[in-house]
Amino acid sequence: MEPAVHLRAAVSLLGRFPALAGVDLDVARGEIVLLQGPNGAGKSTLLRTLAGLHPVVSGTAEVLGHDLRRDRRSVRRQVGLLGHATMLYDELTVADNIRFWARAAHADPVDAEAAVVALGLGGRLRSVAVSRLSAGQRRRASIAVLVARRPELWLLDEPHAGLDAEARDTVDDLVRRAVTAGATVMVASHELERAHALAGRVVTITSGVIEPAPVVEPAPVVEPAPVVEAAPVVEPGPVVEAAPVVEPAPVVEAAPVVEPGPVVAPDGAPVPTETTGGTTRVP
Amino acid sequence: MFRDALAVAGKDLRIEARSRVALNQVAPFALLVLILFAFALDPDSGVLHSATPGLYWVAVLFCAVLAIQRAFAIESADANQDALRLSGLEPAGIFLGKMLAICAQLAALEVLLGLGVVVLYNSPPTGWLLLVVTCVAATAGIAAAGTLYGVLAAGLRVRETLLPLLLLPVLAPVLIGSTRAFEAARNSTPSQGWPWVGLLVVFAVGYTVFGAFGFGPLLEES
Repeated sequence: MEPAVHLRAAVSLLGRFPALAGVDLDVARGEIVLLQGPNGAGKSTLLRTLAGLHPVVSGTAEVLGHDLRRDRRSVRRQVGLLGHATMLYDELTVADNIRFWARAAHADPVDAEAAVVALGLGGRLRSVAVSRLSAGQRRRASIAVLVARRPELWLLDEPHAGLDAEARDTVDDLVRRAVTAGATVMVASHELERAHALAGRVVTITSGVIEPAPVVEPAPVVEPAPVVEAAPVVEPGPVVEAAPVVEPAPVVEAAPVVEPGPVVAPDGAPVPTETTGGTTRVP
Repeated sequence: MFRDALAVAGKDLRIEARSRVALNQVAPFALLVLILFAFALDPDSGVLHSATPGLYWVAVLFCAVLAIQRAFAIESADANQDALRLSGLEPAGIFLGKMLAICAQLAALEVLLGLGVVVLYNSPPTGWLLLVVTCVAATAGIAAAGTLYGVLAAGLRVRETLLPLLLLPVLAPVLIGSTRAFEAARNSTPSQGWPWVGLLVVFAVGYTVFGAFGFGPLLEES
């Protein structure tokens, strides 16, 4: 599958100033990437360029399969950008704003309603003009517009700014759910602890250039353990029928030792004998 | 495209209904212009009567500039112009939607100014058909050209002062044509007015077509 973002030596100008000065970046689909860097490094410009708002004047730039150098407009419907400004009409109510932008993106009205509820803008707030909302509520309304549009690529520029803890957790939850549903997310944030917990990868941009990933020291070489010959596998022998159990023989009483009688000559005369070692002999 | 146009027109008119800028600021301004003309030109000398069609359309043009500035000022706030570009709306649809919303506001202002002319200048209308068709064609032309030049000036820091400088000379044919058509209607010589209406129609159609194609690139650059 082609990556969600593929940039090679991409250059984008703000006037004559190269805000992106040869960016190399690949973001796989379904990834959450944290974009970090000092103020003015080019984080917002990179996000706006990926949204098709800034032209790429040289290099390669593809987003969701669309070539940004040839056609920036075609990618816009698939991308959601949460910028520093609210991008809401002050005179319209929260519901009017979300309904208009969702309709413009051909989004499902059910999704728009779900986004309103998810961001805690249901009830009374729904019919309040945006100009009367607090900064945090405006931010939530902006995020609701983005969620309602169900973009494939979320480009979030300081999404936690101005939000209370509960709303920040809600935003993180929505981001995770979007990724589970197949979206890709790029977040630029200075709230590194929270953003690190959210992101699967961190990319650092400085002076309009992506810093190379830190070189990982190779692990020390470990001498391989001596190879141990495996013991030969012994085939099991044939099954031997167990020998029948032999009943022990009955104990036989030893016969009484009979003293040898006297040797008698044929004529009946006793014959003298000598006994040696238990054996009687006739001399 | 037409679906997008209706969405944009509905949004702009809803904003106008909530903010009431046209009602509270532009309409009083239009009546004030009529009153000042009445003071400047002596009603008894007949100059005011003969100049009524021209004064009416000059007042309409002043109001149109304000309405067009307002139509793009709401997009400049809070980076809404970026949101429009990101929305996926067809540029031609945005153009037509904004043009329709400006047309609706101008039509309401023209009715109000017409009543003002009748009351303040004692100049009852005659030749209704010619008047109505002239108003429709002139309003469409003013709105089309105004929308095109409005987006051109929207990205500039000096848009408030630049827009009248750019737009009013371009609208000179509308001013001339509609004034002549009104004079023909008032003098009960409609045959002399219809050619001017033709000019207005050509102007309106030309700027509408040109705007539908040119609005997108101008929106990108603004």
